[in-house]
Amino acid sequence: MSKLNLDRDRVEGCRVLASKIARRVQDFVDRHTTVSVERSILRLLGVEEAYKGMPLVNVVVNSLTREQLSRGIFYWLGRALAHHRASPISVCLKIAEGRLKWENLPEVDFDTIRDVTEPLARNAVRKLEDIHDKRQRLLESESRRGTPLKYLIVATGNIYEDVEQAVVAVQNGADCIAVIRSTAQSLLDHVPFGATTEGFGGTYATQENFKIMRKALDDFGQKIGRNIRLVNYSSGLCMPEIAVIGALERLDYLLNDSMYGILFRDINMKRTFTDQYFSRLVIARAGIVINTGEDNYLTTAESFKSFHQVLASQFINEQLGFLAHLKEEQLGLGHAFEMDPTIEDSLLYEIAQAQMVREIFPNSPVKYMPPTRHMTGDIFFGHTLDTIFNLVSILTQQGIHLLGMPTEAIHNPLLQDRFVSLKSANYIFHGARGLGDEISWSENGKVIRRSRAVLEETYQLLHKVEGMGLMKAISEGLFAHMVRDIEGGRGLEGVIEKDHHYWNPILKLLEKPRQNFEAPHRNFSHGNYRHRQDRFKKRNFRRRRPKS
Amino acid sequence: MTQKKDRQHIRPYGDHWNDGKIQLSFTLPISAGEKAKEAARIYLEKIGFEQPQIVSMEGMGEGYSFFVAYGTATFFIDLDHIKTHKPEFPILPYEELSKLAKENFRKKIVIVGGTIGSDAHTVGIDAILSIKGIAGDKGLEYYPIFQVVNLRAQVSNEVLLRKAAELGAEAILVSQFVTQQDQHLDNLRSLNKAIKKETNLSPHLLKIVGGPRMDHRIAKSVGFDAGFGPGTKPSEVANYIVHELIRRHQGHGSSQKEKPRSLLGWLAGK
Repeated sequence: MSKLNLDRDRVEGCRVLASKIARRVQDFVDRHTTVSVERSILRLLGVEEAYKGMPLVNVVVNSLTREQLSRGIFYWLGRALAHHRASPISVCLKIAEGRLKWENLPEVDFDTIRDVTEPLARNAVRKLEDIHDKRQRLLESESRRGTPLKYLIVATGNIYEDVEQAVVAVQNGADCIAVIRSTAQSLLDHVPFGATTEGFGGTYATQENFKIMRKALDDFGQKIGRNIRLVNYSSGLCMPEIAVIGALERLDYLLNDSMYGILFRDINMKRTFTDQYFSRLVIARAGIVINTGEDNYLTTAESFKSFHQVLASQFINEQLGFLAHLKEEQLGLGHAFEMDPTIEDSLLYEIAQAQMVREIFPNSPVKYMPPTRHMTGDIFFGHTLDTIFNLVSILTQQGIHLLGMPTEAIHNPLLQDRFVSLKSANYIFHGARGLGDEISWSENGKVIRRSRAVLEETYQLLHKVEGMGLMKAISEGLFAHMVRDIEGGRGLEGVIEKDHHYWNPILKLLEKPRQNFEAPHRNFSHGNYRHRQDRFKKRNFRRRRPKS
Repeated sequence: MTQKKDRQHIRPYGDHWNDGKIQLSFTLPISAGEKAKEAARIYLEKIGFEQPQIVSMEGMGEGYSFFVAYGTATFFIDLDHIKTHKPEFPILPYEELSKLAKENFRKKIVIVGGTIGSDAHTVGIDAILSIKGIAGDKGLEYYPIFQVVNLRAQVSNEVLLRKAAELGAEAILVSQFVTQQDQHLDNLRSLNKAIKKETNLSPHLLKIVGGPRMDHRIAKSVGFDAGFGPGTKPSEVANYIVHELIRRHQGHGSSQKEKPRSLLGWLAGK
């Protein structure tokens, strides 16, 4: 039910523009691969070991020249496997130890390569599908949790201490636990290895750490009859690899944004766009829900003036997500309560913005982020602000609610910070459960006028971006006021143009819909935009793909 | 009640003068119960509070309890013995500051800024440097007397200093947000060391740091000239830079003193 009476045609128009924007990016993506994409292929094939302090996947991918890599790691693996009847891991170890050299492998015809690699690819994809099905069974067995789901962070740096704090948070009502990563892990071009007990501002995302937290939450969840959602970050230079290890360890949510790394981590945009596509294909197949990072825009841009940037980015993230086969139910689009509290009627504007995001993406579990920009260290006012944020969240029926901490801007949350914060959210979510159903907004009042204005600005911005292309738009600072050069930032050297004979059977499988799978019934209350997209595709945008 | 109050020796004021009331909240790793409550009370007594009162105890799940408490502080503090570390400088309005700078410097004052180390938080440095500023107070870019180069996030020491040397910067401004395990202090020390090694920098170079857990005392302790904490306005930093540079240039004798030039000459120097 719409409370804002938004102009459907305008919303539709935004989607059409966003779809065109996404498709232009996709044209670039389809012609490229990255070192991280190729490494994640190896991870999907079970190469998890470290070799002399570096992940084996890095050693192996680095052993190929750019030119060699442009044919895809699968091609070379196929060539090796055609001659050495061995597993991918043992080939990788031989390469690392120097007992095998790529250039010494004899030429093999393509059919043989296809025959030896396709079964590996099918197995890898089946693994993802099994994980998807297992999570589905677990979620179906659980009694429904009321939304918004309460999302809490732990960030001690020590995974065992994180477990302790996560369990306390769950006992006080947390539904989702995010383990914040160590500062700047996103800038590492490899995924650290093993259980870690030291980090800066957070805990390293490693496969072992994922495993430890997953097990702890499963064990405790079983005791109390709930599924606790585990969250981590598929972003930065290793975005696709984290997607893979996150999928393998049955994480439920992954922070994954098509632009966050570019804007806030100064990662090269070509790298990020290419990486986000493959990571999202993996995420889509494994049934993970992504959380996008538009909330961050409002830390550098003012919410009152720039909320249309958030909405525009959500439209783009949605369309790029669709291109990677994510379903609406998997798109936890992000936004935030960041309005300057000194603005008169700021609360009404917050409500307008939160409500419009909800209505524009009705089937997506929208993620609402707490105030940070206007948190000052005054924990008492901070708690008040968080409480009002909680109220807006239940009023507008958000999907995922990241709890604000009174001590935001001071330190990582203390045990008691989570406790008082959860206490407030528990009270408000319970006490105002039906508030959203009772309220309607006056027809020409501030809330409705605000939402109309933001939608119009969003349309204009998307129009502008569509005209110049997303890469150019980012390089001109149209999002979050961050100016990023197309050729600048980190990780560009890891982007490689695909050879005409690029070979990647996992990519092929992930780009096709899943076989033997009954898709759950979906409710297209705003029309099926993917059908619309397909029409576009046929009309204007033939996807260029290298023939193999 | 018109008794004369001693405003020299003070202690916290809650409900009446000198009652010394302090409010606390904390967690103990023990399940809630009589024993937990008594433990919390004794703990406050050991800290030195008189008549500690546990006004709320709540279990936070297995093995942890949360307390809200009040205690009475017993000692006074003598204001005469308090020293502050904040450098003293007047805060001039925009026009006057510009005039003062123009009278004293023939070129624009070059300021290079960014967050160093792995820190990616640019909110603070942007608020100070970018033209937009914060809460109506324009950032340093707004001042024609400054040439501001904002290198933004995750700048390495080398890049920062190379830029500072290349442009002849008179001030570097670094921001440090992440403070876990005193990471920010290590970063600042290492930058300070690098500055000492670098020979191409201005001899008057001002080393300024800002961040939510920063103040002058901490900044000085790691070899910086000034540290600005939460709530700092760009105009404060602008005034500090101008006044401190004037002081330093004068302190280095007349030979190095910049000669004031006419407005026309200054404009030509832009």
